[in-house]
This record gives sequence, structure tokens and C-alpha cells, in this order.
Amino acid sequence: MHDVSSQPVAHQHIAPTGFLRKYVFSLDHKVIGKQYYGLALVAVFVGMVLSWLLRLHLAYPNWHIPLLSKFSSTGAPGGVMTPEYYLSLLTMHGTLMVFFVLTNAPFAAFGNYFLPIQIGAEDMAFPRFNMMSFWTTFVAFLVMMASFFVADGPPISGWTAYAPLSAVGGDAGPGLALGQNLWAISIALFCVGSLLGALNFIATTLDLRTKGMSLARMPYSTWAWFVTSVIALLAFAVLLPACILLILDRVAGTSFFIPGGLILSDKLQPHSGGSPLLWQHLFWFFGHPEVYIAILPSIGIIATILPVFTRKPLLGPRALIGSMIAIGFLSYMVWGHHMFVSGMNPFSANIFSVPTLVITIPATVMTLLLTASIYGGKMRFDTPALFCLGFISVFISGGISGFYLAQPSLDTYLHATYFVVAHFHFVMAVASLFGVFAGTYFWFPKMFGRMMNETLGKLHFWLTFVGVYCVFMPMHYLGLVGNVRRYSAFVDDYLAPLIPVHKFITIAALLTGAAQLIFFWNLIWSRFRGPVASENPWEATSLEWSTTSPPPFDNFGGKHPVVNNGPNEYGIEGTNGSDYVMQTAAPRSA
Amino acid sequence: MGIDIQEAMHTAGTIGPPGLSDGSRLYTQTHPRPERSETGAWIGIFAIVMSFAAFTSAMIVRQGATPDWVHFELPRLLYVNTLILLTSSLTLGLASKRLRSVAGFSATAPTEKAYSEGMIWLAITLGLGGFFVIGQILAWRVLAAQSFFLSTNPSSSFFYVFTAMHGAHLLGGIAGLAYMIRKLAKTNGTARTTGLPALSVYWHFMDGLWIYLLVLLMVRT
Repeated sequence: MHDVSSQPVAHQHIAPTGFLRKYVFSLDHKVIGKQYYGLALVAVFVGMVLSWLLRLHLAYPNWHIPLLSKFSSTGAPGGVMTPEYYLSLLTMHGTLMVFFVLTNAPFAAFGNYFLPIQIGAEDMAFPRFNMMSFWTTFVAFLVMMASFFVADGPPISGWTAYAPLSAVGGDAGPGLALGQNLWAISIALFCVGSLLGALNFIATTLDLRTKGMSLARMPYSTWAWFVTSVIALLAFAVLLPACILLILDRVAGTSFFIPGGLILSDKLQPHSGGSPLLWQHLFWFFGHPEVYIAILPSIGIIATILPVFTRKPLLGPRALIGSMIAIGFLSYMVWGHHMFVSGMNPFSANIFSVPTLVITIPATVMTLLLTASIYGGKMRFDTPALFCLGFISVFISGGISGFYLAQPSLDTYLHATYFVVAHFHFVMAVASLFGVFAGTYFWFPKMFGRMMNETLGKLHFWLTFVGVYCVFMPMHYLGLVGNVRRYSAFVDDYLAPLIPVHKFITIAALLTGAAQLIFFWNLIWSRFRGPVASENPWEATSLEWSTTSPPPFDNFGGKHPVVNNGPNEYGIEGTNGSDYVMQTAAPRSA
Repeated sequence: MGIDIQEAMHTAGTIGPPGLSDGSRLYTQTHPRPERSETGAWIGIFAIVMSFAAFTSAMIVRQGATPDWVHFELPRLLYVNTLILLTSSLTLGLASKRLRSVAGFSATAPTEKAYSEGMIWLAITLGLGGFFVIGQILAWRVLAAQSFFLSTNPSSSFFYVFTAMHGAHLLGGIAGLAYMIRKLAKTNGTARTTGLPALSVYWHFMDGLWIYLLVLLMVRT
């Protein structure tokens, strides 16, 4: 009765035929990965348009944008946004980008698509959870977007939703009534989706590796997704309680985050005794690891892709993986460095400064390993390779300012200025996106069976690379001379002489954003017109390249690959005169 | 290059992962142990521990922030509920002992007697779980009758938050239990992977979590 052979294969994959199961409520990790990617594309487009509006307003505060007044007559009467509406849009730019782009694209999208394939599995450990995690995230996105269309617009409290502003309700300003509720509910849903996703990634990596796929043989991208999912599991498990307490403060009259005696719009608030700092502690206990949730997958993607184009193994694979784990561990000890100017005990600030400086060590180790791996390689300058090099560049440029900000005495001056804006945009946003771009150009042939256009790709790279430096480098300068952030305009005060710099940044941002349209067009064009891709167009070693492009429904056509080699076998003598050995190739007799 | 799954399935023994020609076993898609639902349960527990650690630290910080904390006596009913929950863990243990083969522990099928007894214990566990949740709601009512509501004082806020969060997680366990009973009944106990080990791990953890919360609430409120 329990004879295995007489039973149907427990996990046999039969491709669904109905439209809904195939493309919408799909259990296939590859479809879910593409859904995440699509969601991130929509979110990044909205986020980018928002950044254009913000930049335009900063440089030309009196400029009328007629469409904007149609969109929100109270937020932008006559097409000029109010200072409050500027903050609302700023909140949405940050929230959409951090959660729905930087978390979704490098981690959820590529991780979903490639983690199971890279370890030789047919699917995720829990396909149903996987589907639920995407659709929960999707609903979270809809709820977030809904705040654009409610009476007061989105909340003005920023993507960090600092209490008590975020907790007290409509008396404190626009968007803090319904808009902030929608924000909190959306983020709580996002937490649930991310927790389900992280659980799935971990279980899949632990349980579903194919024969021969030891931990040491996992590609760096798989390692990065694995470490990231552990970070995400713990981080979102803290943000969710924080959101629940915030929602209770808002709707149930509790006083977790709202102090006593608060008078807003001439009204004494019916709360007492809460601690606004408590919100910041809970938020940043999530928020700092979130930074690594955004960047680690991209580091893993870059470390996987770079050796393919240098045609030599990555240096120090164990040091790289060890650094990832060290970063994951340390990321939980540094959250206080976001709070140096919060009113927290200055002594704690000094304590948080130490691990913050320590965490630069593994980050530096990884950067140096990537950089040194280029040396002596036979570089192939295809578009993914360019984005790898670009990644290293922007990661260093953004990382170096971190050394300064890690020190409370310097951060006290710089914290509320554009210096910080420059820092985190470079090191987290742009670096992570370069990882996504590299991954897209690299894996597109596998995902869609067609190559992307190289000319457009290179054009996209150079415009973006030069563009982001033009946008974010001057911000360091602005910050150093004391240009505060979060202000909607600098017209009538001592910052007026800096307006030309803001104009330069705005024009650069518009052009860099426009350059992304080349990328969008390349995606669409290549999907239908790109040259057909072979099984392994880049001559790479990992498992996804030993199946067809795109892979069949069960990834390897009813078989499980057997792994005999590590992922790093480049620059050696392979079969038929090639210079690499696939992970599935016969073991090397060396 | 590659393993044919169908072929591996046919060379498999009666239980355990399919055997391969070199004598090893295919620890990937079809093995019953370590069952992946059990791995999932442990990972889930990891996250839940983190969530409750966050709530706990929020409670400690909030209590230290302002001297407005009002202490109150916990409803006696909570101790009865605790006994009910502890008993449910015991009955779940009795059930899984009888249904072991179902969960993929051994090669033999459960005997008719073990199967029916196991199902009874499972049903009792389900009932006790339900009683616990109802008991918790009654405890809320006792507290509300003393005018301690969610927003009355941070101490009562945290009481309601903790009990509600635990209750919500336990409801998840109850749903899983109900699903499993249905699945077992449908297949007459022949379902190979029912998630029983995973559910046991989760259920016992809910037990331990409640004891922790009870002690915390006793000390703090």
C-alpha cells in the first residue's frame, strides 16, 4: 500500500492548460518570477515619473504642469504642487522604489525564476505559497496605489512613516487620514507576501538541491538569494508587528507611538505616554536589513555574471560567501545609525557606529574580490559585462560616503542633507538596479528564448552610467554645503545660489530617465524580434544554461541534472576546445 | 547526464527517497523525510519567534518610556485555557503516534485500529484547539467587563495584542489540522505525506509560545 513505485510521483509536474492557471494564478516559479518582474517594471515606471515631478519642482518651483492639477486639484492647484503634495509624492517615490522595485526585482523576480533552476529543482518547495506571496504583494501594490486617488492623497510622512506624524491621523496634515491607513495596510500585506516568499526560498534551497549540488557548489546568485531570504524572514517579521501597532494607534486609539499632550491643529490628541522612538527602533531594525535585501541579490547576480565575461574564476569564492553571511549577521546590529539625530541617547549612537564601521569590512572584501577578479581576464564587453563594471563603480562611489556617515559627529551635520540622498541612491538604489539590468541582459535569453539587442543595450548602459553620476555626484556637494533634504523648494533663502546645481541635476535626471525608455523598448522589441537564443549563449556554467531557452515547464524535461563541478570553472581547458566546464559536465580529472 | 525521475521511482524501495544506480538516494523532489513541510514549519517558527520578540521588546520599551503603566489581574480563565492547550498537545502526540506511518515515519501502513484511534485523537485535538480559542475570547470579555479595553492602558493594549496574535496563529494551526483530517479521511489513511510532522512541530510550538506569553503577561501586567 505504501510502495512508492505504485504511487503517482508525488511532485510530478504536468503543465496546466487553462489560461488562468497558466498565466495568472500560476504555480510555476518561472511565471511567478516574471510576474514579479512585471510588477517591478510598473512600479519603477511610476516611481521614475514621480522622481521627475519632484526634480522638476525643485529646480523650477513655479512651473505649471497642467496634467498634475487634473490628477490632484488640491495637491497641485493650477499645476504647481503644494509643499505638502511634494512630500506625498516623495513618500510614494520612496515606498514604491524600496519595496516594490528594489525588493521585488533582484530578489523576488530573479530569485523566483532562477533559484530553483540553479539548484536543479523542478519548482519551489511550496508552489501554492509562492503564488500566494505574489498575489499578496500585488494586492499590496494596488492598495498603495489607491492612496493616490483618495481625497487627501498619499501620506506626507515619508517612506519611513515616522511616528507620531504617521500615527496621529488627519489632524496632522494631508494624506495622514485614509492615505496613511492605506500605506500601513499595504506594507503589512507586503510583509506577509515577503515572509511567504522568504520561507519558500529557504526551504527550497535546503531541501530541493539536486544530486551533487552541495552548498559549496551553489552559484553565488543562489547563495545571495538564500542569505537574503534569511535576512528578509527576520526583517519583515519585525516590520509586520510594527505595522500592526501603528494601525492600532491609528484606528483603535492605543498609544504605542504617540506621546501625551500632543496638540495638532488646535486639538489635544487623545493619546498619552507613547514612544515615537519605539517606531524608529522597530522600523530601522527592519529598515537596515532591508538595505541588504536590496543589494545582496545584486551582488550575487554580479558575482555570477562577471566571471562569465572575464572568462576566469572569481577570486576567493569562500571569502565572498563568508562576506555575504557576515553582512547578513551584522545587518541586524547597525539599525541605530539611521537614528543618530533622532534624539536617541548619544552614547548609543557611538555604540551603533562601531558595527556600522565593521560592516564596511565584508562589503569592502566583496568589492575588492569583484574588482580583482577582472585582472588578467579575457574581458568580453557585452552589455551584461558593462553593467557588472558599472555596478562595481557605483557601489564604490556610494559606499565610500558611508564611511563618513557612519560617524555620529559627521552624520549630525550631514544627516538631513542631500549628502545622505546621494549616498543611499548610489549604494542601494543605483547599484541594486545595475544588478537588475545586468541580470536582465544576461538572463533574458533564458527567460524568453531571444537575445536582447546589444547596440541598444550598450547605448542604454552608457547613458545610464553617465546619467546617474550627473544626477547623484552633485548631491554630495549640495549636502556638504548644507542643502537640506525633504524641502520642496529653495527659492527665497540662503540656498538660492544652489539652484543652478539643482537645475543641472533635474535635467540629468530627466535625460537618465528618458534613457530607460530605450531599455523598455529593448525589452519589448527583443521579446518578439530578437535573434533566437541558443541553450547557452554566454558560455556559462550554472545549471540554467544546461536546459533549453526558455526551460520546459518542469525545468529539465523530466530529469534531474547531476552536478559534478563548482560554478566557477572558467579559464580552464574544457571539452571541444572550450574554456569552461559546465556544472553538469563529467567531473574534471585534475 | 541527469536522472530520469520515472526510472528512479521504480528502483525505489518501499519507503524513503528513490534509490539511484550508484546506491545513493535521490534527496530532492519525492523523498518523504526530511519532509519539506517540516522544514517549512521550522522556518515559519523562526519568523514567528522574531515577531513575538519584536512585540516583547516593544512592550518593554513602552513600559519604560512613561510611568503610565497600570497593572491588572489576569482573568483566571487563562489558566484553564492553558490546561486545555497543554492537553491538546498531548492528544496530538497520541494521534501522531498512531498515525506515524501516514506521516512517512515507517514503511508499514497503520492498522485499521491505529488509524481509527488516531483519527479520534486528531478530532479531540481539533476540539480542544477550538475550546482554547473560545476560552480566550471569553477571557477578553471578562477583562472588558472590568473596563479594560484595547486602548485603556498600554498594559491592556499589549494583553489584547499578544493574545490576539497568538490566537490568530493558532487558528492557522486549527485550519491545518482540519485540512489534514479531511485529507486522511478521504484517502482512508493512505496519503503518504500529510504534513503531520510539520503540524505537530507547529502545534507544540504554539503551546510553548503561549506558556511564554502567559509568563510574560503575568510578570508585566
